[in-house]
Amino acid sequence: MSEYLVNIEHERLSFFTPAGEVKALNDVSIRIREGEVLGIVGESGSGKSVTAYSLMGLTAYPGKLLGGTLDFNGHRINDMTEKQMQKIRGNEVSIIFQDPMTSLNPVFTIGNQIREVLKLHTDKSKSEIQDRARELLQLVGINEPDRRLKQYPHELSGGMRQRVMIAIALACEPKLLIADEPTTALDVTIQAQILELMMELKDKLGMAIMMITHDLGVVASMCDHIAVMYAGNIVEYGETDDIFYNPKHEYTKGLLRSIPRMDSKEHERLVPIEGTPVDLLNPPKGCPFASRCDQCMRICLREKAPVTHFGETHYSTCWMNQKAELEGGKRQ
Amino acid sequence: MSEQLLKVEHLYQYFPAGGRGKNRKYVQAVDDVSLTIQKGETLGLVGESGCGKTTTGRSILRLYEPTKGRITYKNEVLFDSGNVPMMDESGQDILEGGKPKLGKKTAVNMKPYRREMQIVFQDPYASLDPRMTVGDIVGEALDIHHLTSSKKERYDKIQRLLECVGLNSEHANRYPHEFSGGQRQRVGIARALAVDPKFIVCDEPISALDVSIQAQVVNMFEDLQAQMGLTYLFIAHDLSVVKHISNRIGVMYLGKLVELADSYELIFHGVHPYTQSLVSAIPIADPKVARANKRIVLQGDVPSPLNPPSGCRFRTRCPYATARCAEEVPKWKEVSKGHFAACHKYD
Repeated sequence: MSEYLVNIEHERLSFFTPAGEVKALNDVSIRIREGEVLGIVGESGSGKSVTAYSLMGLTAYPGKLLGGTLDFNGHRINDMTEKQMQKIRGNEVSIIFQDPMTSLNPVFTIGNQIREVLKLHTDKSKSEIQDRARELLQLVGINEPDRRLKQYPHELSGGMRQRVMIAIALACEPKLLIADEPTTALDVTIQAQILELMMELKDKLGMAIMMITHDLGVVASMCDHIAVMYAGNIVEYGETDDIFYNPKHEYTKGLLRSIPRMDSKEHERLVPIEGTPVDLLNPPKGCPFASRCDQCMRICLREKAPVTHFGETHYSTCWMNQKAELEGGKRQ
Repeated sequence: MSEQLLKVEHLYQYFPAGGRGKNRKYVQAVDDVSLTIQKGETLGLVGESGCGKTTTGRSILRLYEPTKGRITYKNEVLFDSGNVPMMDESGQDILEGGKPKLGKKTAVNMKPYRREMQIVFQDPYASLDPRMTVGDIVGEALDIHHLTSSKKERYDKIQRLLECVGLNSEHANRYPHEFSGGQRQRVGIARALAVDPKFIVCDEPISALDVSIQAQVVNMFEDLQAQMGLTYLFIAHDLSVVKHISNRIGVMYLGKLVELADSYELIFHGVHPYTQSLVSAIPIADPKVARANKRIVLQGDVPSPLNPPSGCRFRTRCPYATARCAEEVPKWKEVSKGHFAACHKYD
């Protein structure tokens, strides 16, 4: 077994729509160690969720894996049948979705939905399952579990529903929890509760978390490593401090400049990233960010930038990092 | 001192929610909110979903008829239910012979005022008619108020407006579905600007946009304000954006305004426990600061506005709540100059 819990290498994935091939992922590589928190940051349509779903074998119909290998906990996801996948899903890897309003089934009680996971993946008896369901609700901080188990999702608030989602996801103590924008639909004070809970449970159960979000503030406090995605590419990857204090890709820099800072005293003007996200139906030939980049050079439009490594884990794909070498080369 | 543009006194907005006669229940969406907006300033309004910030914005424009209250725009009373006390500059009720001074019952025709007071809606996908071209969406306001005398003038004005919000003049013939979220929001803003308003209620105009696009739209709001001398009521739940754009910020909780102060003062020296927890709950995009930051994590959820807690509405989640908080509604007081709060801790 490798040292990584998740090892995705050179994944390429496209959606074949009537309008043409949408290249959702271009050469994405991700590694997560056991017990590590990886944040994936990017705009909508940058491929964050697609990466996570493909790891769970949940790529939707027109989507097709075109290349690369996905390894998870000793399984090669590429070669697995749906039946084998079902054994892993919910057991070794689970997911919590963005919208707790729609991801619970409205016609079943909370208890029903928690027990379902346990029935599928364990051979516990009925009363053991009931005890475990009660225990899970307590674990995620829901009072009066006996009453709650009999309630339907509409009787709970958004924060409560997200707690129930987490309880379902953790029912079998997975090795990896994928959190797909778990707090985007929630209010700030509830967001703080849920993030706190996730970190607490991570320490208690020792699972790894893949945290998908567009909010740089969320990843700053939680994650060990961060991957920044843009138009189906990982444009920068590194430890949290590297990304925030020593960003190497122009997109990461732009993203950090464009968010309002709480600690600024004077009124500063925001520096937005101009332009609009790329159309994945016709991705540009060179760097996907070139059309919005204010440091864009001629080579950026022609060719994809190679990976530049800055440390053990920190890397980025930007021609600016190669500039010194390129200019040096010219002079010779 | 700058000129006062809008004054809202004791605004109440209750919505009926089931029950008959005596048993009729009401959602107390806005409960006794009073605020003033100076000319040329941006007043931010923050709070969690369901706290009544959008309802406040809409009631001020009388898109909902307020249950009770008085709204004064440029010294003209737009609406007065006739049963709420008048307020002086410092937010205290004016007394006349021991009794609060009341106003005369009024409800003016809003049409002439609609030219001056406009709104930009939250969802750029739902607030544009899919069957109208962008040119017609922007031009509709011009037609209603008879602002242009010829087709040529109307056409030129629409072109100017679209350029003003950073769209191309060719965009006028296209339909909303051909635009991205950020561009649609620009159309919504162009529509609001069409009648040369003085005051715009911005109802969560950037929450539906991507992070990299948000900054573009925020900058545009600031540019337009500088160019046209606009006044904004900026409603949002994202405190970091509100802090960036606003001169003053009001914090709402369950239909009540709990604190109002200069942006800087409110963020760094907020006195109300709810403001403090709201500020500390904002995720900070700086790992070192974020790790050092001790969050005040509130327990529980926001109670139902159908049946709000007695006394101070925040008491069920407040870490400092005492017996008094359950009995008495805290008064709206000036804690330091221009800094108002409603909390028993500051008596």
